Amino acid sequence: MTAPVLLSPPKRLIDATIDGEQVRVPEDTTILDACSASGTEIPTLCYGDTLTPRNACRVCVVEVEGARTLAPACSRKLEAGMSVATDSERVRHSRKLVLELLGSSVDLSTTPQVAEWMERYEAEPERFGRRAEPAALGVRDARRAGEHEPGDGSVAATVEQPAKVDNDLYVRDYSKCIMCYKCVDACGDQWQNTFAIGVAGRGFDARISTEHDVSLPDSACVYCGNCIEVCPTGALSFSTEFDMRQEGTWDEEKQSETTTICTYCGVGCNLTLHVQENKIVKVTSPHDNPVTHGNLCIKGRFGFQHVQRRGGD
Amino acid sequence: MDLKFLDEAPTTAEREAVDSVLGPPESGWDGGTRQDTDLRYARGGHTARDQRDMLLPALHAVNDRVGWISRGALDHICRRLTVPPAEAYAVASFYAMFAMHERPRRVVHLCTDIACAAAGSSGLRDRMVERLGPPGSTEGGTTWHESPCLGMCERAPAALALQAGDPARYAVAAPAGPDDLDALAESASADGPVAPSEGNGHRPAVRTTYGADPLPGTAPEADAASAVPDAGSPDHVLLRRIGRVDPLSLDDYRAEGGYAALREALRLGPAGVLREVNDSGLVGRGGAAFPTGRKWSATAQQPDAPHYLVCNADESEPGTFKDRVLMEGDPFSLVEAMTIAGYAIGAQTGYLYIRGEYPRALRHLENALALARERDLLGTDIMGSGFSFDIEIRRGAGAYICGEETAIFGSIEGQRGEPRSKPPFPVEKGLFGKPTAVNNVETLVNVLPVLLMGGPAYAAVGTEKSTGPKLFCLSGGVRRPGLYEMPFGATLRDLVEAAGGMPEGRSIRAILLGGAAGTFVRGDELDIPLTFEGAREAGTSLGSGVVLVLDDTADLASTLVRVAAFFRDESCGQCVPCRVGTVRQEESLLRLRAGASPAQELPLLREVGQAMRDASICGLGQTAWNAVESAIDRLGLFSEDTHQTAAPGDRPATEEAR
Repeated sequence: MTAPVLLSPPKRLIDATIDGEQVRVPEDTTILDACSASGTEIPTLCYGDTLTPRNACRVCVVEVEGARTLAPACSRKLEAGMSVATDSERVRHSRKLVLELLGSSVDLSTTPQVAEWMERYEAEPERFGRRAEPAALGVRDARRAGEHEPGDGSVAATVEQPAKVDNDLYVRDYSKCIMCYKCVDACGDQWQNTFAIGVAGRGFDARISTEHDVSLPDSACVYCGNCIEVCPTGALSFSTEFDMRQEGTWDEEKQSETTTICTYCGVGCNLTLHVQENKIVKVTSPHDNPVTHGNLCIKGRFGFQHVQRRGGD
Repeated sequence: MDLKFLDEAPTTAEREAVDSVLGPPESGWDGGTRQDTDLRYARGGHTARDQRDMLLPALHAVNDRVGWISRGALDHICRRLTVPPAEAYAVASFYAMFAMHERPRRVVHLCTDIACAAAGSSGLRDRMVERLGPPGSTEGGTTWHESPCLGMCERAPAALALQAGDPARYAVAAPAGPDDLDALAESASADGPVAPSEGNGHRPAVRTTYGADPLPGTAPEADAASAVPDAGSPDHVLLRRIGRVDPLSLDDYRAEGGYAALREALRLGPAGVLREVNDSGLVGRGGAAFPTGRKWSATAQQPDAPHYLVCNADESEPGTFKDRVLMEGDPFSLVEAMTIAGYAIGAQTGYLYIRGEYPRALRHLENALALARERDLLGTDIMGSGFSFDIEIRRGAGAYICGEETAIFGSIEGQRGEPRSKPPFPVEKGLFGKPTAVNNVETLVNVLPVLLMGGPAYAAVGTEKSTGPKLFCLSGGVRRPGLYEMPFGATLRDLVEAAGGMPEGRSIRAILLGGAAGTFVRGDELDIPLTFEGAREAGTSLGSGVVLVLDDTADLASTLVRVAAFFRDESCGQCVPCRVGTVRQEESLLRLRAGASPAQELPLLREVGQAMRDASICGLGQTAWNAVESAIDRLGLFSEDTHQTAAPGDRPATEEAR
């Protein structure tokens, strides 16, 4: 789009009700933002602070009085006179089920906060039965839309499959993918404009994929790692993190975070170095940086090895 | 855009197929041969990218010509349209009718959905497995798939064979006997002209996507009129031309009163048309029953431009075939009605989105558009009125979700057919982000009598809240399944009786109203009035007008498993409640069918169902539990004290089950 940059006109304030409390917010404020402002916590998974809401995960649903269905707080705008319930019976029920449905089909072991929410909403993902065996690598990617093996219901289908390790920098472990679309949006027209990945397939077989499932080195990927930055579940992770987790040496308690400025060029991107035992184990970037909003390039994201090349290496 | 390609070259046939819809490339910039002059300029930005909506037609062109979409073909399409290959792959792999791996040119789609299963498709399925191997097997000269409803429920069980080539051809077997199916399952035949025959109905004068001749060795398809048991009845309004006119002849159409409504519309002016439609009380016939006049007025009033009209002909609701019969039997009426709608809402372009499983309807519409353009009934200055309007056909490729009113936009735009969050509503931001009116085929065709009779006179037909005539798709165990037209107000009993009732010795076990997204009612509930308000009062819905009768021999548990499998297959996968909920629903029903304890499974099903209904983005997820819930509550299936093989007959819903 070539829309000129416009200063937004001053916004009208509107009155609405959240959980019985009167709130006054500028027009076009989302329910989620209004709730954050008033201190009401709403769980989110697919919401990204630097991305346009996709409202795909539905864990943030709230009840809008008079509406037939629940509304996603992340994208629905608060309207004048609207009355919103964030913790009603229906809301709690849907959040519980969303967590159960995800928990029973996806590996959420590295998703921050999810254990706490499971407890809060009394979610029991195990009640859908024993988990099916993980698929062999490539099987899910070859599935045709609109068709599936029915099975007999004795095991709960999952999206689990071996992690895809096809390059030295990062790993794609789609057993942990909740299909939030954030990596696709970050890779595509919202940030990176590389378009290396898309959502392929349909329904339960939908998956993040390069064209024809080619490996990352054969794809358009430029290894900016901005997909890792937005991934909410750890499905995308630095090879360093993935390897350390495999070895059992990954320990966030022992890690320090230091924000500095990238030294490669003159843009001045902020880097947050995650250091464990005096080694950089991963690099993130603050989302509130006004220039880059958490985005980096391959050098800032992955070019840290020289820092820790010590004598004798 | 700086795109990376796989550098695999398309074959000549693939290149020709793509160029046949996109025209020849201009330079190396858009997929042609690189020339020295290409280095003197750059082609990019919007000029390169704004053809994205041609992605779906280009994919179809390749699939129609060679039967599958190779890496080289996808690469070529991407170069031509400046689309990133990963995005094009994401779109192509969304649709069931596109293959991303090599397969035989001929594909047989065997319908195994509710009506066809009730008519014995499982025997045919076994025969196909024996002959061609498991679904999707590419060993032989032909491959096959189990298909969701093909929209030929009145002559179930049905099968459709599509064969890639130049031109692509098709054949239908319905009702399909073992021999008919064997004929479809023959190896792909050679291309080239075959001896002219009666063909699949009539022979259009213009070039159409599918050739006029059926596949060699297969029987010609019955006329569209054969789906209307009382064709020619003087009471018909919507169906009055079916069987009386040659659907390929514009002269026939005009001789039978065609284009009188458009003339009337042009006389009334857009505001006059809106007034008549508002006065008529016409509501949408696709299932949601939204007042058409309000939708049109709201679109017409939008200051943003241009406005678009989308005709939703992606009829995929299991058990529905009314739109197919209208399009096959009276295609010009839809063209005329779309022109009137475009005039009323201030649109210059209308998109007719037709499902990919309707080759004959596609052919008849392509012919109708070409003839209408020839006679200045489409194009600039229609009938000398100064009004300009044209229609583009977009063909779906096997995705029920694309009939959802916002998913249809994504599909037309060349994106994945994923529903969008509302608000904003289509009348504000619809196709290409512009104000759009989306109407079902039957709704649009109703506009013709509205204008010819006048709004108030039309409103006098039917009941106060459900006005006008309505089409009902009767299928299943009745004596004469087919498409029936009745004014609103008839009861379910009237309809079943019109269809000849049940055969000797058979009783009604259940009736599915509204399709897979609808609800079951019992055989003792025949007094339900078939009006929107009457159905709502009875706790059910008319939906798209499906009345699928299951007799006492029906295996209801298996029917529910099929419904659940349908929703699992057709979920777009965007939101969690639907993507995973439909899977868990199917698994639970499989367990129940195998004898699991209802006391354990039913609460689980209800919880999943409630979350799908409350928290899904669109109507697919929100209704995916309707039929199952009604079977449990209304039919008493899986109730605690009887087994799931419940004795035939009717059981009242128990309060406890709720």
